[in-house]
Amino acid sequence: MTDLAITASGLRKAYQDKTVLDGVDLEVEAGSIFALLGPNGAGKTTTVNILTTLTKADGGSVRVAGHDLAAEAKAVRAAIGVTGQFAAVDELLTGQENLQLMVDLSKNATPQSVAGLLERFELTEAAKKPASTYSGGMRRKLDLAMTLVGNPRIIFLDEPTTGLDPRSRRTMWTIIRDLVADGVTIFLTTQYLEEADQLADRIAVLDQGRLVAEGTADELKRRIPGTHVRLRFATAADLDAAARILPGSTKDDEGLRVPSDGGTKSLRSLLDRLDEYALGADELSVHTPDLDDVFLALTGHATEVPAK
Amino acid sequence: MNAHSIVMLRRNFKHIARNPVSVFNAVLMPIVVMLMFVYMFGDAFSVGVDYVDYATPGLMLLAVCYGLGATATAVNSDMTKGIINRFKVMDVSRGAVLTGHVVASVLTNLVAIAALLGVAFLLGFSPSASFLDWLGAVGVVVLLGFATGWLTVALGLAAKTPETAGLASVPLVMLPFFSSAIVPADKMGPGLKQFAEYQPFTPIIETLRGLLNGSPSTGTLLAALGWCAGIAVVGYLWASATFKKRA
Repeated sequence: MTDLAITASGLRKAYQDKTVLDGVDLEVEAGSIFALLGPNGAGKTTTVNILTTLTKADGGSVRVAGHDLAAEAKAVRAAIGVTGQFAAVDELLTGQENLQLMVDLSKNATPQSVAGLLERFELTEAAKKPASTYSGGMRRKLDLAMTLVGNPRIIFLDEPTTGLDPRSRRTMWTIIRDLVADGVTIFLTTQYLEEADQLADRIAVLDQGRLVAEGTADELKRRIPGTHVRLRFATAADLDAAARILPGSTKDDEGLRVPSDGGTKSLRSLLDRLDEYALGADELSVHTPDLDDVFLALTGHATEVPAK
Repeated sequence: MNAHSIVMLRRNFKHIARNPVSVFNAVLMPIVVMLMFVYMFGDAFSVGVDYVDYATPGLMLLAVCYGLGATATAVNSDMTKGIINRFKVMDVSRGAVLTGHVVASVLTNLVAIAALLGVAFLLGFSPSASFLDWLGAVGVVVLLGFATGWLTVALGLAAKTPETAGLASVPLVMLPFFSSAIVPADKMGPGLKQFAEYQPFTPIIETLRGLLNGSPSTGTLLAALGWCAGIAVVGYLWASATFKKRA
């Protein structure tokens, strides 16, 4: 039997008459990265808030780090670290003072960890500047460094890279991988399939308060439509003609969809085939699967959620 | 006060040191109001005693209220920026952050009142209070600051933005003007007079006035203590409930 860092069963939560979580079950192995993938409004933050004792669930039971969430919230808090969706740093304090504040409030902290964390997150130079002067990426790093002060065994990261530029995102990924190498368990939420794919050992897909799929990245990808080429034609006649000559193609509102691996060889043969019948497309685009496709495939609807 | 509250209080002091504007307001505004009333209107009100002697106790209460705007804004910015959530998911004693804000607020009040009294003495304020009366006056001020501090923390927690939090504390700043702080209630028009007589700040001001005159009255003191205790309990319960609920 494997060691489980987090188990949740039948989590339910509603605000007034709006159901946010509708019976969510989760199991996260100790020392692994678990990604909760879903669009805005799927219930990701609510899930994190419940697992981290911020919000009470209406129903269901949760154990975190071996402690029952309802009965031993204090013990849970001592074992976890949380970095929320928006960097929660004290803007009037310097980076160093922010970390010192966490040291003063944590039982498990070692005072010398401040210098070490500043070094590790490349914040040493900015250590004595107020956090209000930090860039978005630096704030996130400081936020995560503050979370690490208490040496948590389980770390919750709510959309750790949303709004970051690609470079800062990669830095954050490296940091997250290093944490797991130290034996920490990571529970992260993300809107990006690529992020879950890059980092997570297991991925759960959350949609409108329900888990619609769970598995490794490879298992999920098998359920997603592959890369394909989209073609748009000037006339309906051309579209119909192309649909007849291209095997496996499907028509939809926006044109023609042709399965392809996106490589130059298969594109050339596709173009040759069109040439052969003297057909010309107005537009050609290669489409690789993204979260929208995952959702379409797993739920039968797109990622848009009704406006609140 | 536990160790965590002291850490939080230290944090609030650093905030004040780095953003002194909010506290300047709390300290300077009551002095400006005092100069205005004593110099511009003082001769126009006949209150039976030297006007500065009449007005100072009321202005002390005003000084407490002026400090609250900064507290409401500070609490709200902790809430909306997620700092409070950070503390809530740590094994930090519940409410330490709120206690830190209340204590910082009371200490700001004391600084503001010390500055106000300094100016009052320059203007000829001549209280006839004994040492015990002074001690009583400081006690009433601390109690008032503590009670309104908790109420303000609750307002700050409940508000959606720092701006609305600042606005929510405005009634507390206005209320002293509709009490016996500036002019005796029986000189006001009908309606306003009754309001001024029965609103909570009037017995508190009368208690301070009595103590500083050296003639404290037990009746107003009990009313003042009752109001302070009531405001403190409501503020504390409201703040605790909002703190628990809002994530």
